[in-house]
Amino acid sequence: MRKLHLGTEGVLAAIIVALCLVLGLTTDTFLTTQNLFDLLNNQSVNMIFAAGLVVVLIAGGIDISFAVAASVVQYVVMTLLMDHMGGGNWLLGIVLSMAVGSLLGLVNAFLIHRFRIVSIIVTIGTFNLYFGLLMVFTGGVSIYDVPDWLYYSVPLIDLPASRGSATLYLPVAVMVVMSLATGFILTRTGFGRAIYGFGSSPEAARRSGVRVGMIHAFAYGWLGLCAGVAGLMQAHIVQEVVPNALIGQELPILAAVVLGGATLGGGRGSVTGALLGVLLLAVVQNGLNLLGVTPYAFRMIVGFIILAAITCSNLDKLLPRRTISQEARS
Amino acid sequence: MDDIALRAERVSKVFGQSRVLDDVSFELRRGEVLCLAGENGCGKSTLIKILNGVYTPEAGAAFSFGNADAVSRITPHDARALGIHVIWQDLALFPHLSVAENIVFDDYVASPFRPLSRRAARHEAREVIERLGVPLDPDARVEDLSIARRQLVAICRVLRAGARIVFMDEPTASLTRNEVQTLLEITRSLSAQGISIVFVSHRLAEVLAVCQRVTVLRNGALVGTYPTEGMTQTRLSQLMTGRELTLTPRHAACSGEPVLELRHLSRTGEFEDVSLTLHRGEILGLTGLLGAGRTELAHVLFGMNRPTTGELRKNGKPLKMRSNRDAIRNGIAYVSEDRLHLGLVQNQSINMNTAVTVLDELEQPRGFLAPRRLRELTAEWIRRLGTKVSDAELAVSSLSGGNQQRIVLAKWLATKPDVLILDCPTVGVDVGAKAGIFEIIRQLADEGMSIILISDEAGEIWMNSDRVVVLKAGRVSRELAPNATTEASLEEIINA
Repeated sequence: MRKLHLGTEGVLAAIIVALCLVLGLTTDTFLTTQNLFDLLNNQSVNMIFAAGLVVVLIAGGIDISFAVAASVVQYVVMTLLMDHMGGGNWLLGIVLSMAVGSLLGLVNAFLIHRFRIVSIIVTIGTFNLYFGLLMVFTGGVSIYDVPDWLYYSVPLIDLPASRGSATLYLPVAVMVVMSLATGFILTRTGFGRAIYGFGSSPEAARRSGVRVGMIHAFAYGWLGLCAGVAGLMQAHIVQEVVPNALIGQELPILAAVVLGGATLGGGRGSVTGALLGVLLLAVVQNGLNLLGVTPYAFRMIVGFIILAAITCSNLDKLLPRRTISQEARS
Repeated sequence: MDDIALRAERVSKVFGQSRVLDDVSFELRRGEVLCLAGENGCGKSTLIKILNGVYTPEAGAAFSFGNADAVSRITPHDARALGIHVIWQDLALFPHLSVAENIVFDDYVASPFRPLSRRAARHEAREVIERLGVPLDPDARVEDLSIARRQLVAICRVLRAGARIVFMDEPTASLTRNEVQTLLEITRSLSAQGISIVFVSHRLAEVLAVCQRVTVLRNGALVGTYPTEGMTQTRLSQLMTGRELTLTPRHAACSGEPVLELRHLSRTGEFEDVSLTLHRGEILGLTGLLGAGRTELAHVLFGMNRPTTGELRKNGKPLKMRSNRDAIRNGIAYVSEDRLHLGLVQNQSINMNTAVTVLDELEQPRGFLAPRRLRELTAEWIRRLGTKVSDAELAVSSLSGGNQQRIVLAKWLATKPDVLILDCPTVGVDVGAKAGIFEIIRQLADEGMSIILISDEAGEIWMNSDRVVVLKAGRVSRELAPNATTEASLEEIINA
């Protein structure tokens, strides 16, 4: 278990370091504190999503509704805060976002568990449902009137840099906290190990007395909670709430998490891997930008990286077992 | 030795209209290895599930443990408290978790929110592994282990959970001979530690080797409990089936023309320089230890892998195959060993499973599948092979092992092969059904089909082959006629 994780994560980390070195040599802007800090600032939202999503993948499920769920959270929370609570504060904002987010996640869990529907179908359903409801109720109108505490950015670390200063903002700290919490639950509690067990063999878990409903509720609820927090952070960063700001993010994040060693079959994956997966794609994008490559090429290259990475990670399994896969016909 | 670990009396169970268990009594002594024997569908699993708390028996049953008072049923909670555990055939392990984590998994369920220490888990796992005295690495991932090792993990897991009574369901079904020996030794050492073991196996030789007593069920009723001392395999199968299985050795001299010829066939790393001739209407027994290259050779004959060197001739003409489609086209069929996973699509209907190899024929002439012809085809094969099927639209998983094996056979016979390769056709099939399958195989040979029978059970090879080829480390080590040898000496040749 441990060995493999070190494997996937180690390889990812090595690739990222190598890429950074290459970019540091080819551009004079990449390896600057400013650029690296910006990279983290910009990716913190995606990383929070990824930390939540990896839990669902480990449990053997999939969720594509989380990004629109985050948009729903943004709207609901902003409306509640501005119309009913006189603006609120950070604590209230975070608590509300977590609550609404996990509620939306629990809807998925309920449908999947109670009606035994495959998770991808359920979340395609809720993906459309959530987004449809959002558009109907908002009429597609953005919210520009956000509370003051949310409007002003919160710098954490401020270092002098060549041009102005390099600053690390609050979302990065939130990302770290969420990732540590997820990682702790997954690796340091029996419940977390039971999630791995359930993803690895649902039937064996059931027979061992694992409460399957709890696993589903936690996995999707936790992703919802992370999505809520990520939504709040995204609104904080862009200082407004736009209904279609996050839709479309689900697949790149899913790809990044899979790149980080999680599989759709369940039982595998880690928070570290998921974060590194997001980071790798971000570094590539950032590098391409700095090298002046057209942004249109980015998706193409990301697609290539994902296919190459998955092929490589399967290669060692494919080669010696070739005969077995061919037996399938007999 | 004589005190009773578990006594069950007057156990009955009714499912709908059928009485699956009828007034069965069962007694297990402390530290004893008992075999629960019977054909598929005799009520073994139902009894195990009742004793394990999964099913509730009909009123009137009584269970007692040691000196405690009798109770009328065992709840799952009782079963755990009493240390009753079942190791099912599928082992119910977690392939992606480490050995240590699998062993301590029950802790995760019992106290989900207690913070963990990996070191403690590894330490505890190592303790159990040492107690069992087996070579397991606590850090290895279960998916990387062989079936035999996984079984040891499952045993460690129940040991750690404080097992006092362990049911083992078909534990030897997918083990090699050496692994079986190891398992039997472990079983003995567990029993020496005072743990009672109930062994369920279709391999009667093992049953007689390891068990002290055998409890036989037939059609849901208790036949009796007998000491294994003095018991023979023939007598035991008689008790299980309730009839005399008089299968006489085949040993027919074969003079048909050559159908399949292998000339110096090699595949790097798998087998080397194999020359064989298979005649029309012949049953050729192909045996040898697991890993001797039997299955690998079969895969080449079925076109799934290409030989590195050598030549294959069919009906006198050279045969080059690029895939198993070519093999099927040339009248070669292969029934794999892993019936459950590779041979059948478990959740599809019996009809579809039978017809899957000939779907393109059934689509003639218009390119649409003709459901009526499909049903006729299935019905025909069900009848010819004597398969017990209530409704061919039901999922194949609803059938017993022996009947599933017949469906696999039917599926390949539907391609009208003249060469049929059977890879361990009786694994996991009970005594009665085994006899039935060999009857079919013999009849097919009598009708002119050439059959390669792969098996590691010397008995069935000896009994059913016209000629026996023994492979050793990828080479033909002996070729002999069964009537020139005895079952025991064949066994020796295989293991030598």
